[in-house]
Amino acid sequence: MGELFSLQQLVNGLQLGSIYALIALGYTMVYGIVRLINFAHGDFYMLGAYAAYAAFFLFNAYIMPGNVFVFIVLIVAMIGGAAVAMLANRFAYKPLRYKPKLSSLVTAIGVSMFLEYFCSALPVIGPSPRGFPEILPKVMWKIGSAQVSNYVVIDLVVAAALMAGLTLLVQKSPLGRAMRAVSEDKDAAKLMGINVEGIISFTFLVGGAFAGAAGLLAGLTYPRITPYMGILPGLKAFISAVLGGIGNIPGAMLGAYIMGIAETTANAYNSLLGEGIAFVILIIVLLVRPTGLLGEKTADKI
Amino acid sequence: MGNFKLPRLLIVAVIFFIVVTVLSLDQVYILNGYFMVIINRCMIFVILASSLNLINGITGQFSLGHMGFAAVGAYVSGTITTLLLKLPPPPPGFAISGSMFIFVVAILVGGISAAFVGFLIGFPSLRLKGDYLAIVTLGFGEIIRTILNNIDYVGGPRGLLGIPKFSNFTSIWAFTLLTIVLLRNLVQSSHGRAMLSIRENELASELCGIDTTRYKVMGFVVGAFFAGVAGGLLAHLLQIAHPTQYGFLPSCLVLIMVYAGGMGSMTGSILAAFCLTFLTEGLRVGIDALPVFTFGATTFRIGTEWVMVIYSVLLVLIMLFRTEGIMGMREAKLLIIEEKKK
Repeated sequence: MGELFSLQQLVNGLQLGSIYALIALGYTMVYGIVRLINFAHGDFYMLGAYAAYAAFFLFNAYIMPGNVFVFIVLIVAMIGGAAVAMLANRFAYKPLRYKPKLSSLVTAIGVSMFLEYFCSALPVIGPSPRGFPEILPKVMWKIGSAQVSNYVVIDLVVAAALMAGLTLLVQKSPLGRAMRAVSEDKDAAKLMGINVEGIISFTFLVGGAFAGAAGLLAGLTYPRITPYMGILPGLKAFISAVLGGIGNIPGAMLGAYIMGIAETTANAYNSLLGEGIAFVILIIVLLVRPTGLLGEKTADKI
Repeated sequence: MGNFKLPRLLIVAVIFFIVVTVLSLDQVYILNGYFMVIINRCMIFVILASSLNLINGITGQFSLGHMGFAAVGAYVSGTITTLLLKLPPPPPGFAISGSMFIFVVAILVGGISAAFVGFLIGFPSLRLKGDYLAIVTLGFGEIIRTILNNIDYVGGPRGLLGIPKFSNFTSIWAFTLLTIVLLRNLVQSSHGRAMLSIRENELASELCGIDTTRYKVMGFVVGAFFAGVAGGLLAHLLQIAHPTQYGFLPSCLVLIMVYAGGMGSMTGSILAAFCLTFLTEGLRVGIDALPVFTFGATTFRIGTEWVMVIYSVLLVLIMLFRTEGIMGMREAKLLIIEEKKK
């Protein structure tokens, strides 16, 4: 049992929170635009980790390990996550867009199961856990009372850069304006000449890419990847999104960091509590403030 | 009482009972022990699927942790019976009826505990509109597994061992029949109609004066109760309760049964539970018989892990091309209560 509140715990919490934030953003963006809990999102994260793993062994012989190498692997992981997310959207979610919502949810579960079982059945991936390679030599620094490795810096910097990029994209670019319009009112957006399906597909692309990046970061930080690794982080990231206010992008980031810090703190106290803290948070949020920290109350239209 | 008719459901159930019992007699022995285990599993899955159907199909909510409630039922009832077995044996002559009584009570206590847990997690999430139940139940399914893995008293990751084998064909049959009758009566009562109206349009049914939260919680708690019963039966059949039996993916299997059978059709759930349980066994045998492929130096063997790949594709295809499932909303005649003529 470590110390409950220390700089080290804060650093670990921020590191975990960065990974959750990247996953939670995808959940919240997809939910904001198509009102669908995309259960397969955790599996995009898993596929991102495997894409990074594959990229490492493909390029290992040609490129010297180092920061550039991490960057290339990151790009591959993001492309992997984005490609699968777009395929899932095109073949599983798009045909059901105007059917009852329950059928999309069931399909999302189906896609999630398919990705997990398919990966564990494929001989090249297989059900047994794999050790993630050490892409960068690990360097430790001592800052105050905390041990900080260069992996922590990578996690925080990559997450911060991607989130800053996303905020710029959503708030400043015409594409972002279109995304916000579609999430506000799909039909009105269509009448304004926005290609709604294109925007939805782009949202899945961004969400999948972020999940893929999170997969690489998780592989670096907790070097053990399995086909089922996406279930729990996906769940916790979703809870972070609910905590911050589902559909709200800054809320997802805030919720994820709170979740990460809460989880590492609880874990230091008791590992069982660490596993369950996300669930406790979810129940409390639903009881006390169902709209989340930054969410707004919406009324039903009759 | 001159024109009293036996309900058709009871007739069919009794015929099924007699046929299976006769076929499994030692003298006939068409159904061996292996088949009997599958048939017992089928009936347990009938309970699981039709109770999940009440939540997901009739009330239109989305529960993903049905096996979590089964786990509660399994562990509670299994602990009760194993504890009671350790007591000094009852006087002779009392033993048989006594153990049967203990079994039924343990199963019911298991069901009630599952219902209580269902209330605890259902109430906060069902007050709200939207898909919160899905995520809460998904979380619950994972949490219950973690908790069970960490409680050493019930075996932790080894599972709860040494549960007495109280479940047999007769008791499982009786519980299954009881479940079907009770759920059928509930669904076709005014409460059931209130639940159906929530599925069709929550806002409209609220405007009609239906207390939607109450009915959603009611459907969820009843469903959890029967899941607990099924879990207890399964534990006393297999004589072990193991955390991995009750994870997220077994819950998905029950979910597939409900949606393959038809959202809201009990007939569909029952049929799908039987078909998919047999299909799982059939595929397992069939895949084992497949040859080993060889590409150069690497051999490639199709293993039983592909069964679940097939099922997940099946689920997506059903949703894409026949959203209403095999039976749609239809019910077999024997599951419909005939209205009395006035």
